[in-house]
Amino acid sequence: MIAGITIYELLTVTSILFFVGVYGFITRKNLISILISVELILNASVINFVVINKYMYPDMLQGVLFSIFIIAVAAAETALAVSIIFNLYRQISSVEVKDIETMKY
Amino acid sequence: MERIIFYILAGIIIAFAIASVSSRKMLRSVIYLLFVLCSIAGVYFLIDYNFLAAIQLTIYAGGIIVLIIFSVLLVHHIEMRLEIAKPSKQIVTGLICLLGLGVFLFTLYSHDFQVIENTATTKVADIGTKLLSYEEGGFILPFEVISVLLLAAMIGAIVIAKGNKLSENNKTA
Repeated sequence: MIAGITIYELLTVTSILFFVGVYGFITRKNLISILISVELILNASVINFVVINKYMYPDMLQGVLFSIFIIAVAAAETALAVSIIFNLYRQISSVEVKDIETMKY
Repeated sequence: MERIIFYILAGIIIAFAIASVSSRKMLRSVIYLLFVLCSIAGVYFLIDYNFLAAIQLTIYAGGIIVLIIFSVLLVHHIEMRLEIAKPSKQIVTGLICLLGLGVFLFTLYSHDFQVIENTATTKVADIGTKLLSYEEGGFILPFEVISVLLLAAMIGAIVIAKGNKLSENNKTA
């Protein structure tokens, strides 16, 4: 626990982070920017897991283990997304969302 | 003291997250994301999960950021300014997000969390034992599944990023 910090303040920070990510996800027009927004959203959820584990169930580890799994899935997702972006750039020379019309080449 | 550090970290997280989704230069937005991730690692250090902070620094700040920077450098001209959504759309989205945030915060502050005061620290050995235990409450199955998932993602990333070349080789072989 952080001395002098309640769970409400931590959860407020993560909520703001989550909605900043959602805002970026909707307004951005570029695949890489959307990937960045998704990372923000995932990080907000990971902090939530960790904080609730620490503040409400300090003798358990479920939150920590789940956040490790979330981080692993996020890494896999980023690697795949980056490779898809490369392939797409090779096909149509652009990574803007509006230029992408085909799912299969 | 910890209070002040937490407020500084929270300020950095929020300010750089907003900068990251609103900057018009691609590379800068990635670097702002790096600051956000490092501050989140700082929060993990503050709540005494050192192992998680180390994971955050190595995988996110070390691996994912480098991947994204690579993709930015290979795909974009660095000086190119990003296309941005119409101001009306930005305002509408911002209002919707503020509304959602209001709902979240209202729910949070009206819920009474059963907080247990504690100063327990988690040892890395405990995490490892829990992760590999196959008794009740053990996490051996998700651990194995996640390793298969990582392998699949690795192979998939190679196949997709190689694209045409690989399939041409297959045809000639």
